[in-house]
Amino acid sequence: MFWLLLGIVVLMLTSAVLVLVLDNLLAALAASSVVSLALALVFVILRAPDVAMTEAAVGAGLSALILVLALRRLGLVGAGGARDGENGDA
Amino acid sequence: MPRFATVLFLAGFAFLLFTLTLTLGFGEPPMRAGQGVLDQAVAGTGAANAVSAVLLGFRGLDTLGELSILFAAATAGGLVLGHRRPAPDAAAAGAILQAGTRLLFPLMLVVGFYIILHGHLTPGGGFQGGVILAAAFFLPVLAGIGAGPDHALLRVVEGLAGTAFILIGLAALWGGSVFLEPLLVRPADLHALFSAGTLPLLYLAVGLKVGAELAGLLASMARPGGGEA
Amino acid sequence: MDAYIGVVLFLGAAGLIAIGVVGMLLSNHLFRMVLALVIAEAGANLMLVLAGYRWDAVAPILQPGVAAQPMVDPIPQALVLTAIVIGVGVQALALTMVIRIRETYGTLDMAEVRARMEADLAAAAGVAATGSRERPAGGRPLPGPDSLPGPAVLPETPR
Repeated sequence: MFWLLLGIVVLMLTSAVLVLVLDNLLAALAASSVVSLALALVFVILRAPDVAMTEAAVGAGLSALILVLALRRLGLVGAGGARDGENGDA
Repeated sequence: MPRFATVLFLAGFAFLLFTLTLTLGFGEPPMRAGQGVLDQAVAGTGAANAVSAVLLGFRGLDTLGELSILFAAATAGGLVLGHRRPAPDAAAAGAILQAGTRLLFPLMLVVGFYIILHGHLTPGGGFQGGVILAAAFFLPVLAGIGAGPDHALLRVVEGLAGTAFILIGLAALWGGSVFLEPLLVRPADLHALFSAGTLPLLYLAVGLKVGAELAGLLASMARPGGGEA
Repeated sequence: MDAYIGVVLFLGAAGLIAIGVVGMLLSNHLFRMVLALVIAEAGANLMLVLAGYRWDAVAPILQPGVAAQPMVDPIPQALVLTAIVIGVGVQALALTMVIRIRETYGTLDMAEVRARMEADLAAAAGVAATGSRERPAGGRPLPGPDSLPGPAVLPETPR
């Protein structure tokens, strides 16, 4: 159990850092979906099935959908894939 | 050098939060209110799911506050973005998406309503089911089938659902007890669909409201923009 | 080893909040700021659920035919349910504002947007971009003390 949780937490933190570091905004969005999915797994292990279902549906599903729609509306995602956004870190 | 300063700031801030949380003591929560909720959930609300009992029975007013926050966010988003008819998209959706949408739409409706109505018995409830309903009504917009959800109809559904929630709460007030008290509770019928009285009805109102709001928000964001204003 | 589960989970939650806050403070692109907000909210929700966990307890749902067992605290879970849904509403509103900024200013770079917003505000108020309404009138540099009118214009005090 400890090693499983350690692996999931490491995956979560790595994806969170990747959200800030990746140049491609679509890839950063995918990384934030990975964070939400890993978080839903942690919620299941923590005996919180209601919260896990909500996090999976809302965080990994609806939130990513809203972000992608906004990206398309902003013109940062075309038919040929995402152009580079500004690098976020100082 | 700026990158090293960023890492240092991040590490310091995380260390601060971590030492603050170590005082909590993992695994032994004080459970001052939680134990009372677990003891009285069945008798007070007839729900097998203690989280639903808290959301709708013991803290129903907070759920009403959350509904108003969602309403404000969705309305403000719709106002800022505008409701013009979506322009016909240049690239039509593929055949897989169109066929899949036609197959998935009724299934998603059934699953969404099942999760909403069984929220007091199994993990689930109004919010999860509402999100699934919103996704079900947004899928045809993605696949290019039809003209998208009618915004006027979504507003009517959302308004009626919110009013139904408040009216059910007021019905308890007229009956002599407090606002949003669970009515018609039958704890002897635990694990049946009608054991929790008005709780499935409240969840239905919540699910329809959340679903209508999110579907409207998604549909108004789905207009493809260009590079210019 | 099981004693360190709490340490790992709290480190994860604190790390997520720190990464989100650092991203919001130090990012130059508005969309990345919204992504960092998503991460920070996920970390805060994890910390709330962690506060309710109990060793060797089950999920707070009664099952038919199973005797009652010690359950985890259901109140933080209800709070987190509310918080997740409110979080997505806030993210949607933030994204609509980002879309509006992009449509008005044509860019999403924070420095440029800030500069253009200040220029627009200054133009609307009728002052120069780096000035204020309270600036003293007259040419620059301001006249020194020896150019001020001397005591000859003051009324003579009667002796």
